[in-house]
Amino acid sequence: MPRTCLVVDDSRVVRKVARRILESLDFEIAEAGDGMEALAFCRAAMPDAVLLDWAMPVMDGLEFVRRLRQEPGGEAPVVVFCTSENEPARIAEALEDGADEYIMKPFDGDILEAKLTEAGLVT
Amino acid sequence: MRPEDVETVRVLVHARSGVVIDPGKTYQIETRLAPVARRAGFASLPDLVQAIRLQRDEKLMWAATEALTSGETCFFRDRAPFAQFREEILPELAAKRGERPIRVWSAACAAGQEPYSLAMIIDDERSKLPGARVELFGSDISERALEKAQSGLYTQFEVQRGLPIRLLVRHFEKVDEMWGLKARIRQMVRWRRINLLADLRGLGQFDVIFCRNVISGFDEPTRRRVLDQLARALPSDGRLVLGFDETVSGLTETLAPVPGRRGVYAPTAARIAA
Repeated sequence: MPRTCLVVDDSRVVRKVARRILESLDFEIAEAGDGMEALAFCRAAMPDAVLLDWAMPVMDGLEFVRRLRQEPGGEAPVVVFCTSENEPARIAEALEDGADEYIMKPFDGDILEAKLTEAGLVT
Repeated sequence: MRPEDVETVRVLVHARSGVVIDPGKTYQIETRLAPVARRAGFASLPDLVQAIRLQRDEKLMWAATEALTSGETCFFRDRAPFAQFREEILPELAAKRGERPIRVWSAACAAGQEPYSLAMIIDDERSKLPGARVELFGSDISERALEKAQSGLYTQFEVQRGLPIRLLVRHFEKVDEMWGLKARIRQMVRWRRINLLADLRGLGQFDVIFCRNVISGFDEPTRRRVLDQLARALPSDGRLVLGFDETVSGLTETLAPVPGRRGVYAPTAARIAA
């Protein structure tokens, strides 16, 4: 069964780029435009992985991961931030609040694959 | 580039470093030599090659050799060898050596990702290995690569290939647009310019030698020579770690694979007798 990855980003362009790379790594993709949409998706069906932007309207990525981790089954998905936020203190905060890995934009296929390998999703 | 220019460059690089350049990769040769020509003030590549041929300028010849032998690498490349170092090689040696230093050499380390990966492992494991002393050495043929390695500065792209985010947060700090290793890690590695073709007997013994994805660039006689020299630098319980695609078989009697440990080699009785 292919694993599912929820791509959460308010930019359609970024979602499209990520989708193309993730599909080439045999993931099945779902998309959400902000944290609230993403949380609704997770409540209906927990994905195996979440690729998560930070700054988004309605609910940002950090708030999403905090809430996700409190949901029933919400500890399971591997959450990988993918954001232009690159301050070490902010990255540390994201990790403390439940993120598993972290990508600093700009990213490419090599980085995404390396990080998913790091998170144990790609072998 | 004309074929005779490519040949001049191939002969030069082989004589200096043992590295065999594929003459079919003209494009790659040109891409790598272009900055050398530019920095030295030549208008074109043929001018650079002509100067190498006629003037035999040492600085120029080394600059060309460095440019054509430098390799791409990343932190924790291939992961498995580093996991083995962390989980088996390092604790076993720590138990045996007690307070005598464990000497680890990352040979041909390019811009330093390999020795720094080992340094981060040693730093992380320190509390589990009380009393252990590790001396870490990084070497490369290229002065430019060593300068970069010593600076401990990497681009955002470089720190995202192979380096887990928690290690980035723990061991690096942001330096403008770059990421710099903290002094604690940087100071663990001692650097030295070493050409593996040279006589290595003066370097002393190393308990662990990482020499990965290096010998595959050499011709067969050079591989034999380098492997024999590395074997001589190992104590009887020392370990040589090669790249996944590299082997000692058919090249030397002085090293044998460690069963079940891909890429890890130990000196044989033949080496110990010699």
